[in-house]
Amino acid sequence: MKPKKRRRLAFAIAIVVATAGAATLVLGALKQNILYFYSPSDVLSQHVEPGVAFRVGGLVEKGSVAHGRGADVRFTVTDGKHQIPVDYDGVLPDLFREGQGVIAIGRLDPRGTFEASEVLAKHDEKYMPPEVVDALKRSGHWKEGGASS
Amino acid sequence: MTGEIGQLALCLALVLSLIQAGAGIAGARPDAARARAVASGAALGFFVFVMLAFGVLVYASVVSDFSLLNIWQNSSTDKPLLYKLTGVWGDHEGSMLLWISVLAVYTLAIVFAKRGGERLTSASLGVQGLLAFAFVLFILFTSNPFLRIDPAPFQGQGLNPLLQDPGLALHPPMLYIGYVGLSAAFSYAAAALITMQADADWARAARPFILAAWIALTLGITLGSWWAYYELGWGGFWFWDPVENASLMPWLLATALLHSALATERTGAFRTWTLLLAIGGFSLSLIGTFLVRSGVLSSVHSFASDPRRGMFILLMLVAAIGSALALFAWRAPKLQEGAAFEPVSKETTFLINNVFLVAACATVFIGTIYPLALDAYNGTKISVGPPFFAITFAPLFVALMILVPFGPQLGWRRGNLREAVQTLMPAMGLAAVAGVIVFAVARPFSLAAAGAFVLAFWVIGASVLDIWRRGRGKFRALPLSAYASALAHAGLGITLLGIVGTTVWKSEMITVLKPGQSANVGGYTLRLDKVVDVQGPNYIAQRAVIDVFSGGEMIATMNPEKRMFPRMGQTVSDTAIRTTGFEDLYLALGDQRGTGWTVRAYANPLAPFIWFGGLFMALGGFASLWTRLRVKARAPSANTVPAE
Repeated sequence: MKPKKRRRLAFAIAIVVATAGAATLVLGALKQNILYFYSPSDVLSQHVEPGVAFRVGGLVEKGSVAHGRGADVRFTVTDGKHQIPVDYDGVLPDLFREGQGVIAIGRLDPRGTFEASEVLAKHDEKYMPPEVVDALKRSGHWKEGGASS
Repeated sequence: MTGEIGQLALCLALVLSLIQAGAGIAGARPDAARARAVASGAALGFFVFVMLAFGVLVYASVVSDFSLLNIWQNSSTDKPLLYKLTGVWGDHEGSMLLWISVLAVYTLAIVFAKRGGERLTSASLGVQGLLAFAFVLFILFTSNPFLRIDPAPFQGQGLNPLLQDPGLALHPPMLYIGYVGLSAAFSYAAAALITMQADADWARAARPFILAAWIALTLGITLGSWWAYYELGWGGFWFWDPVENASLMPWLLATALLHSALATERTGAFRTWTLLLAIGGFSLSLIGTFLVRSGVLSSVHSFASDPRRGMFILLMLVAAIGSALALFAWRAPKLQEGAAFEPVSKETTFLINNVFLVAACATVFIGTIYPLALDAYNGTKISVGPPFFAITFAPLFVALMILVPFGPQLGWRRGNLREAVQTLMPAMGLAAVAGVIVFAVARPFSLAAAGAFVLAFWVIGASVLDIWRRGRGKFRALPLSAYASALAHAGLGITLLGIVGTTVWKSEMITVLKPGQSANVGGYTLRLDKVVDVQGPNYIAQRAVIDVFSGGEMIATMNPEKRMFPRMGQTVSDTAIRTTGFEDLYLALGDQRGTGWTVRAYANPLAPFIWFGGLFMALGGFASLWTRLRVKARAPSANTVPAE
């Protein structure tokens, strides 16, 4: 082979190897790090196993927020049809309010309580997380303008 | 009346951009001197009218002209003047106007630089004109900042308080200078394909724009990360949020482009590849803009979502990327082949650098796009967690950083590996020592941290060596560009130190404190003195007074706040950070619990290094850009290129 061709071949092989390596890494990592989003109704209907990490979203049920020891806090997330109790040890976001949209990341414990490692609220008054809007629409409790029962 | 002036200016700019596009592309023919003159004139006019429109919006914001819908929605009379100015780009419409203003500045730079000859300049202006036309059309039809409301309200609704921050005031312009700078590189690449002039002169013409874009992206990302760190109150500096990724992807490609364009400029290698990267870099800027502006992502950056906007940007994206790639597929095979180089040479290190950077960019792209694609495909809502990015990114960057020191030591076309290894010996020694020290002393023990210190000191040590070797005895005579790669590479190492320090050795404490109570975090003792109410210009704050003790002595009083903005009905936390340069003590005030307050505290070792590193990288870029512009001013001949 001419040197030019050999170089091209080497270049092509390098690209293929790098791409294959990257693809393997990416797919392997993707498999382990996907977080599904479930509404409280989904959690019940799809029998999500305890210990599987996922995101749950809905509205913080009015009157459900209770503070425990230290920074521990418990509240209920609802989509109007079903509820999930959430336990969280940490600082709540500034815009966390009863009756407002919220997304929690964590896993279920064997008793069905969602142990949240992170709680996200919306960024401002005009904005509702799109997943929560979707969950409310599916449970039939969505009202235009963001207010919901 | 002012609103109508702005509107009229935009309409005139639209017409001029079209003239610039047509005349510019026509001017790519050798004998079309008149078309070239028309294109330059149109570009000048475009600049004037866009600046006028932008000036009108700034004026309306400063005088609180609430008859403009945009100002009413995003401003209020009690907002401080700084945020009246910077709030202009705090919303979608204003930020798009900023976008084309930056575009106009770059276009003007192309006109005056006249790099790469008249034909190349003219064709670049033509392509730049097409982009300008699309964006002005987008503004006029979907995002007009000059819409009126009648009657004009007495008071505005105010700006999102998260955006009322000096760091964030600068973050969007920086990113836009970066994104739009890549549009200049894109225009030059398309022009090179039109005129079939993808040679060293072409790379020399495009490189200042690539450099400027890269510097701005580096600073923009650094600022954004710093803002997230102190404003969001979570103590983190990077969240692999899709919007952050949208700025990281163009940066990764721009970094690859920076290197490959340098090779094209110096030896003529990688001609077609450089073109492809220039097209890819701007395409990712557009994709980033689409993700952020279309409302498909939920984040602080996504303004009111309007499906028409998403649709328009998507169309623009498809048209720009599609036509550029079609042009590439048609013309690139006819280009002269790139220059050859030996397997051991600077070019090879650039090649591997490019492979890793493009692969890293691809992993970020997949992690960002996959959830969106899956949602669009069957409505399944997933998100990709930060560990995905850490797992895929880390091996690529480890390999990249092992390679980095070799680049500057190897010669063009043919390098001497043995000599390079000998030169780099002291850096290897330094790296080994740093690794052993971390391994033996630093607790909690972490093998990964020791490894990262080896890498970081390998890169930093090699940068110091590089300057030492070049400058021995004659540092004064050393051109600024000699420092460029050393500074930028050292910055990479410094950032790595910061990332490892905060990730591995961070101390965190979350607790509820009543006035008088104390808590410990990472060698500090915090005592909550009291929480007082404070009235700000457009907010009411609850300010904690926390005394900080270290080694039995009081060293500081810190005041984290919670600020309530009544006009927007929003509360944001204002963190208090005390830094020694080597460690941050980071306090955030949470919600009230009975008579106590939630307090979140972090001791973050080496945290400031994350952003110092970013500054070093940008400084390296400046060093290179500065020398380049000076050389151009002195002698525009092709033979006096500074050593890199």
